[in-house]
Amino acid sequence: MNKLTSVNDFVVRFANINGSGSASANNLFAKAVFRLGVPVSPKNIFPSNIQGLPTWYEVRINEQGFLGRRGGYDFVVAVNGQTLKQDYDHLRPGGYFFYDDTRSLPEEFNRRDITVIPMPLTGLANREIENPKLRSLLKNIIYVGALAALFDMDFSVFTDSITKQFSKKPKLAAPNIKALELGYNYASTHFDGICGLCVARSDKLTDHILMDGNTATALGAVYGGATVAGWYPITPSTSVVESFDRLTRRMRLDEEGNRRAAVIQAEDELAALGIAVGAGWNGARAFTATSGPGVSLMNELLGLAYFTEIPVVLVDVQRTGPSTGMPTRTQQSDILSCAYASHGDTKHVLLFPQDPKECFEMGALSFDLAESLQTPVMLVSDLDLGMNDHVCEPFEWDDARSYQRGKVLDEAQLDALDRDWGRYLDSDGDGVCYRTYPGTHPEKGAYFTRGSSHDEYAAYTEDNAAYKRCMERLERKWETAKTMVPEPDISINDEGAGSGMIFYGTTAHAATEAVALLESRGTPLNTMRITSFPFADSVAEFIRCHDRVFVAEQNRDGQMRTLLINELGGRPGISPDKLISIAHMDGTPPDAVSICDAVTQKMKGGAA
Amino acid sequence: MSRRPVFRHPNLPKNDLGYTRRDYEGLDSTLCAGCGHDSISNAIIRACFELSLPPHRVAKLSGIGCSSKTPAYFLGKSHGFNSVHGRMPSIATGANMANRDLIYIGVSGDGDTASIGMGQFIHAARRNINMTYIVMNNGCYGLTKGQDSATADRGSASRKGLPNPFEAIDLCESAVQLGAGFVARGFSGDKAQLVPLIKAAIRHKGFSLVDVISPCVTFNNTPSSTKSYHWVRDHMEATATFDFIPMRPEITTEYEEGDDQSVAMHDGGLIHLHKSDNSFEVTSRRAAIDALEHYREKGQILTGILHVNEALKDTHEIMETTKVPLNSLTAKELCPGNDTLQGIMAGYR
Ligand SMILES: Cc1ncc(C[n+]2csc(CCOP(=O)(O)OP(=O)(O)O)c2C)c(N)n1
Ligand code: SF4
Repeated sequence: MNKLTSVNDFVVRFANINGSGSASANNLFAKAVFRLGVPVSPKNIFPSNIQGLPTWYEVRINEQGFLGRRGGYDFVVAVNGQTLKQDYDHLRPGGYFFYDDTRSLPEEFNRRDITVIPMPLTGLANREIENPKLRSLLKNIIYVGALAALFDMDFSVFTDSITKQFSKKPKLAAPNIKALELGYNYASTHFDGICGLCVARSDKLTDHILMDGNTATALGAVYGGATVAGWYPITPSTSVVESFDRLTRRMRLDEEGNRRAAVIQAEDELAALGIAVGAGWNGARAFTATSGPGVSLMNELLGLAYFTEIPVVLVDVQRTGPSTGMPTRTQQSDILSCAYASHGDTKHVLLFPQDPKECFEMGALSFDLAESLQTPVMLVSDLDLGMNDHVCEPFEWDDARSYQRGKVLDEAQLDALDRDWGRYLDSDGDGVCYRTYPGTHPEKGAYFTRGSSHDEYAAYTEDNAAYKRCMERLERKWETAKTMVPEPDISINDEGAGSGMIFYGTTAHAATEAVALLESRGTPLNTMRITSFPFADSVAEFIRCHDRVFVAEQNRDGQMRTLLINELGGRPGISPDKLISIAHMDGTPPDAVSICDAVTQKMKGGAA
Repeated sequence: MSRRPVFRHPNLPKNDLGYTRRDYEGLDSTLCAGCGHDSISNAIIRACFELSLPPHRVAKLSGIGCSSKTPAYFLGKSHGFNSVHGRMPSIATGANMANRDLIYIGVSGDGDTASIGMGQFIHAARRNINMTYIVMNNGCYGLTKGQDSATADRGSASRKGLPNPFEAIDLCESAVQLGAGFVARGFSGDKAQLVPLIKAAIRHKGFSLVDVISPCVTFNNTPSSTKSYHWVRDHMEATATFDFIPMRPEITTEYEEGDDQSVAMHDGGLIHLHKSDNSFEVTSRRAAIDALEHYREKGQILTGILHVNEALKDTHEIMETTKVPLNSLTAKELCPGNDTLQGIMAGYR
């Protein structure tokens, strides 16, 4: 049997039971890899319940820095009886099956192409850990200690992490360190040299951070100056506002200790967005965070905010539909429903972050865009980005940066105004009009915000021509938006390549690796990562320049492909059949190998 | 845009701020002639004039419906927001969060509030948002032409003649139960009572509900409708006759003690109640509900102030937000800066 051998390039999968406290132990392992300077990507694959169902935690370790899923796993920590057989069967040939042998493996577990590593986790825990309440929790820490030995990792990194984690509760550090040592010592004596996988200290990560996207988005909202959040809990967006709440309680107090933020847990999503829209109308930077089902409920007010031109930010952390379809699994399936959310002729500015750094930056930017354009802006991320930790560059904030509050007239400006003021007058020709906050001026600048059709002075009218003028101006504003949103990230790997690949958000991680794989097989592809909607002209240009363009994304129907065709399809050189969908939609993040295979297959099939 | 001619009669009475009643008016109404809602608009105009509110410091918000159109017809110098059906409370909540210094008047219909917007109404009340919430309650849907609303009394018949088979929601009773600090009921046809009610509601800090029975002349003014002019006139029972008195020595001293009950408003103003029923204690939630139920059983509508509690904290106080309007904070006050960010980054290494 050929054992898998590798330094800093393999996948470990932990099979646990939800609610057993394994998450923090598994996280401790991933963090140790990270602290050894090795690029790592942990993904929590968990069910929609609180306790008792199977959950997996997959850790990709890759020195080259490819941090999407690779496909397959090399080492499994199998501590969930319910999935034991499945975990056993799916292990890659040459891989390692680490399990709790307090109970022996049934007879049908008879693969000869893998290495079995039995360890009496429960037995050890029962014998060595006095406090019965801590036993099952620390059992997880014991296997982490064993992994440290099996992968030949610097043990001090683990103990340092524990010390840091429990710096405020040092009493808890000791039993954790003891558990780590139990595992480490047992594995060192019993399994010496058994495992060909190793994590060695590397200099690949320098000042990088390991953070989840939702925390990063919340930080973006704090730095971006958001003051009002209305929200309603929904996985996977909940931690966006919870983090914002926590961060502002810490960092945004006035001299008397009062809060410079208002966070209201609303009664539903309609109210959540209503609160944000009301606050946006009244001059506060306001946002809400939700997921697909919430976006559906917010549709009515999104249309109103678009038509009445009220700045507001909506963070959509996408998940698999419908209401409780696979609510804890990831997808990119709200693209169309966000782009055109609501009734009538609406379209919305979307931003697609690929990692926490972009969650932070786009999070802050979204408020500038919303206020500059006086329209809803949606930050569209997903469960994988929002809830999993990702390695990324640290965030920076330019202290000289000021907020773009857009075209707002204050009292003095209203006084100085020599021309006629109308809320919806396009004085600058860019489709963006001047607004006033309520309460600004005793005589000037008050207007009536209404969903019903209005003229340039915000007066009610059902005049066809006035309605048409308004809608045409909104179209002009959309053109202005194109010049303000982030440009796509284009990579020309081969000037002569006839094929290109488009992706966005978290698909980028696996897609970039798939492109490298394809290149190594002699098929170079140019790539374009879409970062925003409306599409900049360079998006159309990229498609025009290639004979065929694969669109890799995480939904069944190729929603980004549809959006591209809908928005750009009429232009020269952009025919729908040029755009080939590479869809991934099972609720897990896509992996490089399957994207690569799908492209190869479609190329062979001559699909164009 | 139809604008009123800016003609001012030199002798029009002015309030303390020097504004005339005109300064509180809006566009011409497009509601049916005789609609109760127009009387309520006029009562709002008078209340704001008499309170000497700076018109531009008022924000008026509404949902959708004939009633929700009315903010266009009063306070033309104020910002207005005609939102979507049933969602005015959340918009008002957000607006209030952004700037706690303005005066918020929300206008809604009984369809807007008691059906599609019931959730938002209830939650605005329980959060004690500092706003005056006026329901123009006609027991029917006006704008969509006469369907029964959830406040229509059981057995009451609208123009189409079929008696409503379902139980009615009493918005005042709900608001009292939800802990609203000010709950009153008026009648659009009784301005003498309505204007002071609205004044007191505006002065109250926190959520104040004024549920105003407002007959829909077009769809629900039949003798068999319990929200018609005739029916209401015949079945009205007032808790008290009262007046709203700003806290000024020369006025307050004019009032005699006796049967009267004075309720101090948070800003120092007093509501002076002339009670018709001595046993009715407006500061007691239980008494309010008892009284409402008592008169309902008798087939009568109890009007006046039903409940007041000036001790409640409003949403900002509960959440301990800063005293200055959130919309006025600058980047300096909001952005923790790069040094702090780098400190946070260190925690994620
Ligand atoms: C989501 C939605 N559903 C339905 C409507 C149609 N609609 C407009 S007004 C209204 C009822 C208004 O009744 P009420 O609030 O009692 O006000 P009134 O017209 O009687 O003053 C309805 C159902 C709408 N505008 N939006
Ligand atoms: S339909 Fe009824 S509620 Fe609407 S304006 Fe006419 S009278 Fe008033």
